[in-house]
Amino acid sequence: MTAQTDTTEGGMRAWLTAETPRSRGQARLGRVYLGWLAFARNRLAMIGLGIVLLLVLMAALAPLLAPYDPYTQDLSQRLLPPSAAHWLGTDAFGRDILSRILYGSRLTLMIVALVAVTAPVAGLLIGTVAGYLGGWVDAVLMRVTDIFLAFPKLILALAFVSALGPGIENAIIAIAITSWPPYARIARAETITIRKSDFISAARLQGASTPRIILGHVVPLCSSSLIVRVTLDMAGIILTAAGLGFLGLGAQPPAPEWGAMIATGRQYVLEQWWVATMPGIAIFVVSLGFNLLGDGLRDVLDPKGQ
Amino acid sequence: MIDVRDLRVTFGHGADAVAAVQGVSFAVREGESFGLVGESGSGKSTVLRAVVGLNHDWTGAIAVAGAAQSRRREKGFFKSCQMVFQDPYGSLHPRHTIDRILAEPIAIHGLRDADARIDRVLRDVGLGPQFRFRYPHQLSGGQRQRVAIARALVLEPRVLLLDEPTSALDVSVQAEILNLLKRLRAEHALTYVLVSHNLAVVATMCDRLAVMNRGRIVEEMDVEALRRGAAREDYTRQLLRASQGYDRAAADSFKDFA
Amino acid sequence: MSDKPLLEVENLRISFPTRTGVTQAVRGVSFTVGREKLGIVGESGSGKSMTGRAILRLVPPPGIVTADRLSFQGEDLLTLPEKRLRGIRGRRISMVMQDPKFSLNPVMTIGAQIAEAYRVHSSAGTAEAKRRALEMLEAVRIRNPERVYGLYPHEVSGGMGQRIMIAMMLIPNPDLLIADEPTSALDVTVQMQVLAIMDELCSSRGMGMIFVSHDLNLVASFCDRILIMYAGRVVETCRASELHAATHPYTRGLLDSLPRLDDTRAELPVLARDPSWLEDISPSPVQGEGRGEGDVGGPVRSAMAGPPHPNPLPRGERGHGPAEGGR
Repeated sequence: MTAQTDTTEGGMRAWLTAETPRSRGQARLGRVYLGWLAFARNRLAMIGLGIVLLLVLMAALAPLLAPYDPYTQDLSQRLLPPSAAHWLGTDAFGRDILSRILYGSRLTLMIVALVAVTAPVAGLLIGTVAGYLGGWVDAVLMRVTDIFLAFPKLILALAFVSALGPGIENAIIAIAITSWPPYARIARAETITIRKSDFISAARLQGASTPRIILGHVVPLCSSSLIVRVTLDMAGIILTAAGLGFLGLGAQPPAPEWGAMIATGRQYVLEQWWVATMPGIAIFVVSLGFNLLGDGLRDVLDPKGQ
Repeated sequence: MIDVRDLRVTFGHGADAVAAVQGVSFAVREGESFGLVGESGSGKSTVLRAVVGLNHDWTGAIAVAGAAQSRRREKGFFKSCQMVFQDPYGSLHPRHTIDRILAEPIAIHGLRDADARIDRVLRDVGLGPQFRFRYPHQLSGGQRQRVAIARALVLEPRVLLLDEPTSALDVSVQAEILNLLKRLRAEHALTYVLVSHNLAVVATMCDRLAVMNRGRIVEEMDVEALRRGAAREDYTRQLLRASQGYDRAAADSFKDFA
Repeated sequence: MSDKPLLEVENLRISFPTRTGVTQAVRGVSFTVGREKLGIVGESGSGKSMTGRAILRLVPPPGIVTADRLSFQGEDLLTLPEKRLRGIRGRRISMVMQDPKFSLNPVMTIGAQIAEAYRVHSSAGTAEAKRRALEMLEAVRIRNPERVYGLYPHEVSGGMGQRIMIAMMLIPNPDLLIADEPTSALDVTVQMQVLAIMDELCSSRGMGMIFVSHDLNLVASFCDRILIMYAGRVVETCRASELHAATHPYTRGLLDSLPRLDDTRAELPVLARDPSWLEDISPSPVQGEGRGEGDVGGPVRSAMAGPPHPNPLPRGERGHGPAEGGR
């Protein structure tokens, strides 16, 4: 073990890539490290990761980075073009657009994070249970899924938000409710191919209960393709959230939500183009970042897609 | 140790129903190694899967270790009866370390001293502790099959069902695995049921065997008779002849046995 | 047997660049094939399948094939333009793969596929092609050719599928047939019947054949001559009838480790691999592909990236249909 305590990069690397890991932790970390090596070779994916990390940093450090308060109105400063004082200009109420975009990243990140921890998890559970158990359970769960899939996502989200009332929380709930069915489908399809495999039979022969097999054996195999899919869907989720904001059903003014910012900038788009364009660029860049990241993850986690 | 009476297994329903096993009976004594030989579609693997409880749609009577078995098995059953699968590439979970694979049955049955058990069983199958935290894809086919055997042995069963355990392996590796299985049987007083299409493997491994064709047992014989080539049935004789290498005249004389 | 060989292979090398270095699948193999049945035997990773594929330039990328000589009836297969090669592939050299399920088009009837195989390489009309296809189905002893002609691949058994593959491969009347484990997915009796068909077609047409297999006994009883491959090299060449007098320790070890019907040995001898068998080869980062090797505890080559195994060679001897499925 003395060699393993070596903390130089070479020693660390050798420890991570060891043929014979000495512990569970080392095996797991080694695997993650190899995945990282594969991922890091993909330049575009690294750019995507950079963008997403930047978003996280922006959200975390918004109070430090923002030159102005995002809510303070100053009508004498309204609709100023980009300048040294206001890098991205100001909006109709004289608020600094850069500051609002920086604070808005918090809302975007919150939407993304909350949707990412609810919809795929629900979809994964529903899909694996339906796929593994089959029979009437499968039939019922999949018909419910079909019903959700039968509506266009934005329309369904609109209906939910109208019912629940506008607001960022309700927008998140609506997005989560409308985005789980595709995940359930993917998880079910994967589960059906896994269900018949020998290692599942072997688990049954050890006396493993159904929940144990689903959670311990099926879910880990389905989750990687789901992670990829979720990452690729993030762009869509951000756009749906922005769309709801744009329609006035998502974040409510004066919250600096990017979609809502575009909506308010719409009336000035010809003369004061920056009001709508700047948040638009932010949405575009972040969506692109998630897509690039998703593509890179797919190459690492889901190689059969190649 | 194992008593199977008039076992019938049917797949599908109505017009599509296929009678995979049609009234198979055999008995295996404690400590015996019994071979089930047949070509694909003979129902030999189906019998094995019904005995171990992977297949629920059967009729007849199955008793293992003196206890009559219902279609659904209790958890405790698996402590006495385990199975090794044919394809070592498909029978190990690709995302689990060897450690996790071997720890799972221990956790399911709430047994103690998992570490000691895993170390012991790994040594038993000829893999050192250095294999413990590897993933299946880091192992060769023969090593994977050793892990699969270790997994079956972790619960210390009395009966081991072997479904073509070496047919996916190279011949030199096959010899190692067969030797290992022989040694384990002697050391742990195991009862084996070995399913194979390879008569030579059965001749090396088993005391007695049954030849199956189209869901029925054609002939039961002991291994001495097999070695002498003393088969009573035409089907068995044809199988024997075919497994002795290519022979143009023999191939021309082969016929279908319904 | 004619004295002039159909195929001449000299110093064939196949390598696959991987992240950790270059894996040499075949390292300097030389042989000739006349109008005979040549068996190539070896374990997984020995390079036997790659050797067969290299002849038709079917080594999957990024594999690199080099040879001092790779000529078929005087034509250099290595430098032949792809267009000319297509004229040889299928027409003059055919290949039968292990699993017919992966080689037959699932949405075309069997008859249409065989007839098409015929028409691609000849100028025959539809009726003529159908007649020839039916003849060929009969030649591979399919009892009701008219009925089978209209079936789809999923509607036939494995044995019949393999016979259909053979019919399809033989209908252009090739000079050389490369059969890569053509019968290992089949039951022994069916296997013998399929071999009998190939044997008969071989001798009646004066065709040469390369029979790639892992099954020593089968090759010894079926072929005229045998190459035994180990880790990308030919370690021994002998007449099939004299295999049992083989001298190389690897061949001997393989023969001994086979269980026999009249076996009373308490233990099967285990092959002890000698590093000297790999001699004469430039050192490579990977020896013997690290697959299917038996020395437990010995160095095992790890697949660095997890499931997407960087080693493009087929793994395992059987049960890897897709890997050798000839897609």
